[in-house]
Amino acid sequence: MPEGVPIEFTGLTKRFGEVEAVSGFTATVPPGRVTGFLGPNGAGKTTTLRMLLGLVAPTAGRATIGGVPYRRLDRPFSAVGAALEAASFHPGRTARDHLRVYAQAARVEPRRVDAALDAVGLTSYARRRVGGYSLGMRQRLGLASALLGDPGVLILDEPINGLDPEGIKWIRTFLRELAAEGRTVLVSSHLLSEVQQTVDDVLIIAKGRLVHTGPLSGLQAQPAVRVLADSPDRSALRSALQRGGLEVEETADGLVVTGAERGRVGHVAFAAGVELSLLTQQRPAAGLEDAFLALVGEEGAL
Amino acid sequence: MRTLLAATRAEFTKTLTTRLWWVLLLILVLYVGAVAGGLAFGLGALQASGEAPPRGGPGGGPALPAAMLAPVIYTLATVVGYPFPTLLGSLAVTGEFRHQTVTPTFLATPRRGVVLAAKWVVLLVLGALFGAAALVATVGLGAAGLGAFGLDTGLGESDMWAMLGRAVLAMALWGAVGVGLGVLVPSQVGSIVTILAFTQFVEPILRTVAGFVDWVGEVGRFLPGAASDALVGASFFTVLGGGTPSLEWWQGGLVLAGYAVALTAVGYALTWRRDIT
Repeated sequence: MPEGVPIEFTGLTKRFGEVEAVSGFTATVPPGRVTGFLGPNGAGKTTTLRMLLGLVAPTAGRATIGGVPYRRLDRPFSAVGAALEAASFHPGRTARDHLRVYAQAARVEPRRVDAALDAVGLTSYARRRVGGYSLGMRQRLGLASALLGDPGVLILDEPINGLDPEGIKWIRTFLRELAAEGRTVLVSSHLLSEVQQTVDDVLIIAKGRLVHTGPLSGLQAQPAVRVLADSPDRSALRSALQRGGLEVEETADGLVVTGAERGRVGHVAFAAGVELSLLTQQRPAAGLEDAFLALVGEEGAL
Repeated sequence: MRTLLAATRAEFTKTLTTRLWWVLLLILVLYVGAVAGGLAFGLGALQASGEAPPRGGPGGGPALPAAMLAPVIYTLATVVGYPFPTLLGSLAVTGEFRHQTVTPTFLATPRRGVVLAAKWVVLLVLGALFGAAALVATVGLGAAGLGAFGLDTGLGESDMWAMLGRAVLAMALWGAVGVGLGVLVPSQVGSIVTILAFTQFVEPILRTVAGFVDWVGEVGRFLPGAASDALVGASFFTVLGGGTPSLEWWQGGLVLAGYAVALTAVGYALTWRRDIT
């Protein structure tokens, strides 16, 4: 079984003319875990991955795989497998021939071609021209080329885009298995909800900068408690709560109190002698998504 | 070295696993075969009936002597056929950008110069193959036509076979010229238009003008098509060229190879090392 090695980014920076697409990106992606690389479209995810893979030259900084820059790898596919976008195929070539070309170029054993096709479930379509493939099949073929060299490190850019629900379920299980085998798995996505059930750690990037790194569980550390309260005499309740030092906001449904538990709100109302007609605590259902959106900024909600 | 061998194998597989190469080859063989056969039977009939052979260019160049018939007809394989390996070469490069396969290509072979060297090797070989196939057509049908009217096919002479060998070399070099042009103009449409416009329009006009204007003739000898014809040694243009002497065959070969190297080197510096985004 191939050994996973860490991916390291050190001060990685890329300027396209005036625009700084990636700024001082520093992070480590450990083996044996699935790491989600999250950020809105245009945040710099793809540029960062392309710098890691030697396709884009960094303006400053470096990115290495097990301490070695990609371009220095002798047999790159045996160390790193990457699937970047779903369109990198000649439409007139069959899936099997596509994989044969790159297996030969990267000096991967020929038998790995069929093994990779089998791993992604494309064996029965292997001799069809890729031009007739659905987006989901192309995603699978991209994944197959990433798996060609049986690498310890996998880098997948938006692998869930365009997959049907069955495919999404399949790839989630698949990525978990790869990480369980000790491989390093880095998966980018612009939607947290897409990878939420799959990733252990997250790197969140916004406007070219790393804004959060750590385990996914750390992202929802402080769920904001919201209590919705109402009274037949809403203005009396409002002043009572404000006198009690609570933050109150009036909405159509009633008064929203943040930063206090339901019991406290009830107590304040009772002490002020105000009748309550409604008192519920709202579970922060979208806590992760909220935390994510807060990190990437308002305009990040693409 | 191992990466170059691996990349070369991969480039062969890449070229041979789509339909383009054999479609181009088929058109080439049919096209030059038809022209050579038509000319051989047509001129053969004229010769046999005792009529004067056709006159040269508009200026009334020298008549086409009977001994020149066979080489002129055979070398239609390169004189008419040279855009085909050139197209194959340029498409081997521009197709990578068109279909974004340049991404997996550079992932599998991160040293980009190696990829370009591999494409050169493949196009030299396939260009030679195109040349050989085109010559089978022109020599086969041409000799049949000439022979049918009792004219000399020239196939008993070693000079003729040396010329056919140089024709194969010329087609190989055109394949490499195509790679160079593809790297310099990575847009597929741009590359194809450049090849067609230059080979079908620009160079024929320049070479025709070169037949009358001395200083143009001096420069005209160094045009790629003229260099290719010089390398091969016999063609319509050289026969009709009249006053302007063409290059020696080896000079022609070096000039054509020089075009291939120069286009590739400039293309490498300008486009091949760019970011792949």
